[in-house]
Amino acid sequence: METVETQRLASRRQYWRSNLGVTSVLLAIWFVVTFVVSFYARELDFKFFGWPFSFWMAAQGSLVVYCLIVWFYAWYMGRLDIRHGVAELEE
Amino acid sequence: MNMKRRSEDDVGVVQSLASRAAFKRNLDKVYQWYTGGFIVFVVALAVLEQFGLPRRWIGFIFLLATILLYAGIGIMSRTTDAVEYYVAGRRVPAVYNGMATGADWMSAASFISLAGTLYLSGYSGLAFIMGWTGGYCLVALLLAPYLRKFGQFTIPDFLGARYGGNVPRFLGVLAAILCSFTYVVAQIYGVGLITSRLTGVAFELGIFLGLGGILVCSFLGGMRAVTWTQVTQYIVLIAAYLIPVVWLSVKQTGVPVPQAIYGFQLEKVTAKEKSLTDDPKEIEVQEIFRRRSAELAEKLKDPRAALAADKAAASRNSADLKAAHAPDPEIVAADRALYGLPKDEAAARKAWTAAQAVADTKARPLNGMPAHARQFSGDPKGSAAERNEYDVSRRNFLALVFCLMVGTAALPHILMRYYTTPSVKEARESVTWSLFFIFLLYFTAPALAVLVKFEVFHVLVGTPFDHLPQWIFAWNKVDPTLLSVVDINHDNILQLNEMSIGGDIIVLATPEIGGLPYVVSGLVAAGGLAAALSTADGLLLTIASGLSHDLYYKMIDPNASTARRVTISKVLLLIVALCAAYLAAQKPADILFLVSAAFSFAAAAFFPALTLGIFWKRATGPAASLGMMAGLAVTFYYMLTTQPWLRDIFGVTSPVVLWWGIQPISAGVFGVPLGFAVIILVSLVTRPPDQNAQGLVEYIRYPGLKRP
Repeated sequence: METVETQRLASRRQYWRSNLGVTSVLLAIWFVVTFVVSFYARELDFKFFGWPFSFWMAAQGSLVVYCLIVWFYAWYMGRLDIRHGVAELEE
Repeated sequence: MNMKRRSEDDVGVVQSLASRAAFKRNLDKVYQWYTGGFIVFVVALAVLEQFGLPRRWIGFIFLLATILLYAGIGIMSRTTDAVEYYVAGRRVPAVYNGMATGADWMSAASFISLAGTLYLSGYSGLAFIMGWTGGYCLVALLLAPYLRKFGQFTIPDFLGARYGGNVPRFLGVLAAILCSFTYVVAQIYGVGLITSRLTGVAFELGIFLGLGGILVCSFLGGMRAVTWTQVTQYIVLIAAYLIPVVWLSVKQTGVPVPQAIYGFQLEKVTAKEKSLTDDPKEIEVQEIFRRRSAELAEKLKDPRAALAADKAAASRNSADLKAAHAPDPEIVAADRALYGLPKDEAAARKAWTAAQAVADTKARPLNGMPAHARQFSGDPKGSAAERNEYDVSRRNFLALVFCLMVGTAALPHILMRYYTTPSVKEARESVTWSLFFIFLLYFTAPALAVLVKFEVFHVLVGTPFDHLPQWIFAWNKVDPTLLSVVDINHDNILQLNEMSIGGDIIVLATPEIGGLPYVVSGLVAAGGLAAALSTADGLLLTIASGLSHDLYYKMIDPNASTARRVTISKVLLLIVALCAAYLAAQKPADILFLVSAAFSFAAAAFFPALTLGIFWKRATGPAASLGMMAGLAVTFYYMLTTQPWLRDIFGVTSPVVLWWGIQPISAGVFGVPLGFAVIILVSLVTRPPDQNAQGLVEYIRYPGLKRP
């Protein structure tokens, strides 16, 4: 009984660590796309289907990346919930 | 059922999967019918227009039909149950919560002003595009799932439960009201503007018509009614935004996907900008404005004498004309010029200073607009002044993006929406849908700005005045501050600098620029109305629930019955709405600044306390209170000492000192880090939170975990 309980706790700790891991990676991507690209906007001026690249990034590219970040997090966490037995119970 | 029991049961997901699926199927059916009906309605109006239905009628029908629809949903969803009233019964499927959040989020400013801002400021306007979408990454990763697991009713609820005691909760209520109220005043102002323009009724009457629509909905049904109305409003507003842009794109490029094709239009705009900058006729117009500005500067040196001289000259002119028996129109014009002069010295100083600012802008190339695709102003390789300008402009761009993002992730009326989904999993998916639905509009706005600029540069500029399209004069009649053209250098050809354009015109006039029937203009106005009403609904509900649930129930009378609390909330909602309408009717001057200020306030007050509360068990109550206060205080102080309108109100006379050149709109960039620093430092020197608070943090981190 005790081992089951410790195992469950260990699995939960692992769940939280994985959550923090994926959160930090996604936040890092968010940061690069938002602030690093904007910081070097004047330098990233090459043509990209008619747009200057950094203009396109601010107007469209970063938005697509944001959508992907949010979508990926929901998908990844849904699987993580099940793997570590912390998914919500359905009656 | 007892409310407390119910909310706890709720957390383990009460509804079965099967019943949720059936509920969603039913919703799908309802909204498919609604969308179909809406299309039929618009097509029917278009047909009637061809048979000669007057424009005024089309405006009226759009206004009445949409407001009645929203009110009807409100009446059908009326409720006195607390869970239904505050969080729509927690059974809103992810997709629909996404749409509702989209409508809640996109306000009159997003719908009407955003494309205009992009048109006028080019690249630097993109800070709003990134800020108002990227913030959802923070919502998704740091807040929404945890708040849903917490599963109460308001954001101050979380602060109260996590940090213990009434102080954090009270500060939360205060900050929520501060940001939401300034925001709601702006929405009601937008409602008044659109209704008065759509139907020609007086501005104040427009406000109260719109207010009726807001109140029937949120008053009777709370979050439940607001949610289902917002979904219908989203459908109206996104259709209204996309249809004219797609049409304009087909007209210009033959491709119906403006978002994919406008890069090439931008290239042409940039090329045209170069030729316009060197155009001798443009330079001639700029020179006239430069002289005008110099004349005004001369007058402003001694306004009293200049005003007296102007008066004498004008009355002499009028008398001369009368003596010479000049034709009547000339005499009328001369008299009008005489009576149009400023009343006294103070009025003259004000009017001339404003006119000088306008002339100074118009003395610059491209009507004072920066080159559309140019990132930041100044030059990193130029003189010291140019380098400095470049650095400051880049810093301000980044700071604004930061404030808008963090503010997005801290506005209570948005975060509250994630309490309404059935589960944590659906809350996460719901952020994805929210961002997707918001993305559709924000992805399109920069395209619209470029397409309209292309139209102005290539079609309007260089056209003889008597060949200008009809819509220019029509809009000039509605409101000259939106659009006016004056032949400054009398060559009968329109130069760019002879045209004055207000940002709001871009979206409102797109159907006419694209040559669409009037029914689409009506649709656009209805979309703007939907955007303003839906945001106002959500904001009013946030304020009312903050007051009734947090202040009254949690702090004043914990034994109040459910029905009593809901009733109190409804009464408060009415009072708050009337106050906001009263303020909006005064037409406050700096409404746009107030909206942006709300983001900085929300960011500084909520973001550090919420995220640390979730991710750091050691964060303590006193630390959170102090952190919120410090963040708010420094943000407010910075705005107070640097923003002209606030300085005026509070009588601040000390010289303006900008910290690192940051504009007051981004004051949150100081408040947020300070809030974090204070919470962390004070937490380390105060006693760790008790078992209860630690247990709560553990509880919200794992979706399936039962309450200890």
